[in-house]
Amino acid sequence: MLKIQVKDAEQNSTDNLKVLQTDKKKTVYQTRNLNLWYGEQQALKDINLDIIENDVTAIIGPSGCGKSTYIKTLNRMVELVPIVRTTGEIIYRERNILDKNYQVEELRTKVGMVFQKPNPFPKSIYDNIAYGPRIHGIKNKKILDEIVENSLRGAAIWDDVKDRLHQNAYGLSGGQQQRICIARCLAIEPDVILMDEPTSALDPISTLKVEELVQELKQNYSIIIVTHNMQQAARISDKTAFFLNGEVIEFDDTNKLFSTPSDRRTEDYISGRFG
Amino acid sequence: MNYINQKEVIKRMSGRIFLNGLFKVIFLLATLFALATLGILIYRMVTQGSEYLDADFLGNFSSRFAEKAGIKAALIGSIWLMAVVAPVSLLLGIGAALYLEEYASKNKMTDFIRMNISNLAGVPSIVFGLLGLTIFVRSLALGKSVLAAGLTMSLLILPVIIVSSQEAIRAVPNELREASYGMGATKWQTILKVVLPFAIPGILTGCILALSRAVGETAPLVVIGIPVIVHFLPEGILSQFTALPMQIFDWAKRPQPEFQHVAAAGILVLLIFLIVLNSIAIFIRNKFQKRY
Repeated sequence: MLKIQVKDAEQNSTDNLKVLQTDKKKTVYQTRNLNLWYGEQQALKDINLDIIENDVTAIIGPSGCGKSTYIKTLNRMVELVPIVRTTGEIIYRERNILDKNYQVEELRTKVGMVFQKPNPFPKSIYDNIAYGPRIHGIKNKKILDEIVENSLRGAAIWDDVKDRLHQNAYGLSGGQQQRICIARCLAIEPDVILMDEPTSALDPISTLKVEELVQELKQNYSIIIVTHNMQQAARISDKTAFFLNGEVIEFDDTNKLFSTPSDRRTEDYISGRFG
Repeated sequence: MNYINQKEVIKRMSGRIFLNGLFKVIFLLATLFALATLGILIYRMVTQGSEYLDADFLGNFSSRFAEKAGIKAALIGSIWLMAVVAPVSLLLGIGAALYLEEYASKNKMTDFIRMNISNLAGVPSIVFGLLGLTIFVRSLALGKSVLAAGLTMSLLILPVIIVSSQEAIRAVPNELREASYGMGATKWQTILKVVLPFAIPGILTGCILALSRAVGETAPLVVIGIPVIVHFLPEGILSQFTALPMQIFDWAKRPQPEFQHVAAAGILVLLIFLIVLNSIAIFIRNKFQKRY
């Protein structure tokens, strides 16, 4: 997989302790010694990960390994579970998002999320896409129209739905619904898009379309995708992190991780010996 | 492995099928019993009351003479009462339900509150009447007014509204809340734009039942001391008034046989009032269901 080298003079912090080679690209997220507990149970153990701008970063691992928990920590959705406790820090664009002074609403405007099950609102397609802009105060009909069209085009579903923008989004197929959800996420003009197993409820053709979409979106967004499907991770990501029992076992370029994994457990997992 | 003896099975077959049919008949009879009772009641009310139910009946105040007795004061009084009960109980009830479901952290304290609200729904209405008498009529010195009675009735139906609203709010899929939070919406925006529109049909269903109960409830009004012979219409929420069930109760206990017919006519008015109220609520509910 070819990678676009982005030269960045501003990146002068070279104190990458445990960080794997960052190619002088900008990092969006730096996770430092992150621990997370659900009540008494520790779900994440000492996570250190650097997510690079305009990369697709895949997170793989068996069920219950903490990969979904990790991605939900990146926009603090994990806090919807009341008994969650965290230590360590996650630096997003120079600020620690786990700091209680960091407004989650502000964070989630910059970090969009696409969920496992397509979850459009039971409203019209138009109102679904316009939801985000509206909650952030955009009322002008013309601007909303433009946002809706651009977002739907961005999610490669404009041609499918342009004639029925005012019909209920529930009338669409599962794959279309998921792309509506991606479009809805684009409408808030995020910087990062988190995807939590976005294709696990979709058929192979819809999955393919979403994967192609991810490839297009990475030009403008940094994407972090949790997936159960290792082929998918191999196909679409630049970097892959392998999680096991709440720990990062290995984090490397996708090609390297899948061809010559350095950890025995990674090798066992990707070759299907467990998980 | 020969536990199932085919001969035994066939021998017992007819008995099992008979029992099956028997229970169907028993349950059908149970349903018919309820329907028949309702039918007889309505038949009696219509035959007894219909001759008295005319424009004069609706336009006159109550009277010592059965022919002149009318329901105007009670009907308008009940409408005034509802004008207090509906906004007060809906705002407080839905507000409390939203707090308990969306804001309150799930711990033993909130569990305790939840359980007690459910228990309150079973408290006899006369107890609420005494509460209203003590707090609203006497302590707050509201007198036997529309406001005092309305607040008492609101207390009476609040638990039902809270519990049914909680259930409707709980039925909103969590994925929708997550979608909204995920785009940076605040809790209030999420409630206003996602939770409430989805839950309102369910919330209204419970509220319709609760409001119907408030219209027909008599005991609290008796305890508060709402008068029955009222020859004026309420001028505001602090006026005295009477209500439909009070008026019917008063007529039904009079010795003259003609007043039984007047009471029957009053019941018909009460039933029609309920049907109109329910129709409005169902209309609102359907409108929301269609839009959402």
